Amino acid sequence: MKRLALIALLGLALPAFADRMPLPANTPASFKAECASCHLAYPPALLAAKDWQRTMAGLKDHFGTDATVDAKTGQEIAAFLERNAGNPDKLGSAGEPPRITQTARFIRKHREVSAKTWSDPRVKSAANCEACHRNAANGSFSEREITLPSGLK
Amino acid sequence: MRTLATLSMLLISITAYAETPQQIRQIYASEAAAQQAGFSPSAKRGETLFRQRFALNDKMPACTSCHTDSPLNAGQHAVTGKAVKPLAVAANAERFADPAKVEKWFGRNCKEVVGRACTPAEKADFVAYMSEVR
Repeated sequence: MKRLALIALLGLALPAFADRMPLPANTPASFKAECASCHLAYPPALLAAKDWQRTMAGLKDHFGTDATVDAKTGQEIAAFLERNAGNPDKLGSAGEPPRITQTARFIRKHREVSAKTWSDPRVKSAANCEACHRNAANGSFSEREITLPSGLK
Repeated sequence: MRTLATLSMLLISITAYAETPQQIRQIYASEAAAQQAGFSPSAKRGETLFRQRFALNDKMPACTSCHTDSPLNAGQHAVTGKAVKPLAVAANAERFADPAKVEKWFGRNCKEVVGRACTPAEKADFVAYMSEVR
């Protein structure tokens, strides 16, 4: 009985876990310095390892920007991303070049977001998690912590 | 000779550990003076550079595209929408405190917005403006 209760509790906790993606304690400082200046420090679990490899191999033209880093830093960041990457079966294909926002998981999770919300200047881009997920910088994407910019629903 | 050694040590330590916008401005000003005798940083020229529309990049035609018309304001990345803290030292004491970081962002942003590397003189002027603007 006790065990059953424990399993039930675990079941309840799981969906919450899926929305909590804090950066691991051993995240290299270079990841934040190099990857979190122009955009959020995206949780590595949001892309599959092979998609992170492609992303790191294409930093010279990273969505229109030259985001190259020195070789040592690049290896450190790539190893970190691949070590903590997400499950490709759950994420789905990220397209080419890989985009977190093209994964089936992202699209499914955001299907209720209106076109008006996406095009709002305060949101600007699907890359801007923090526009609605106010605690995204701490790796929290839970539904309870979503606050759309004022006037949007 | 000993004075020279001390002086070189001091210079090395300033380059490695510069911590204030004044020191960073001085590094660029010295580089500029080596190329152009009598160079002196100008906040006014720095402001002109900040406001200049280069229009090489659709999304980021000028510094102001992300940093707004006033360096005292917080900005927003023109592509990703991420919040950008103010550039002006008066509004953000963390700016121009780490020479490697300053050099990295001049490197990236000059290439992307200006379309070439910025000169030491331009960097000295820019740092002067950002240190002085109120």
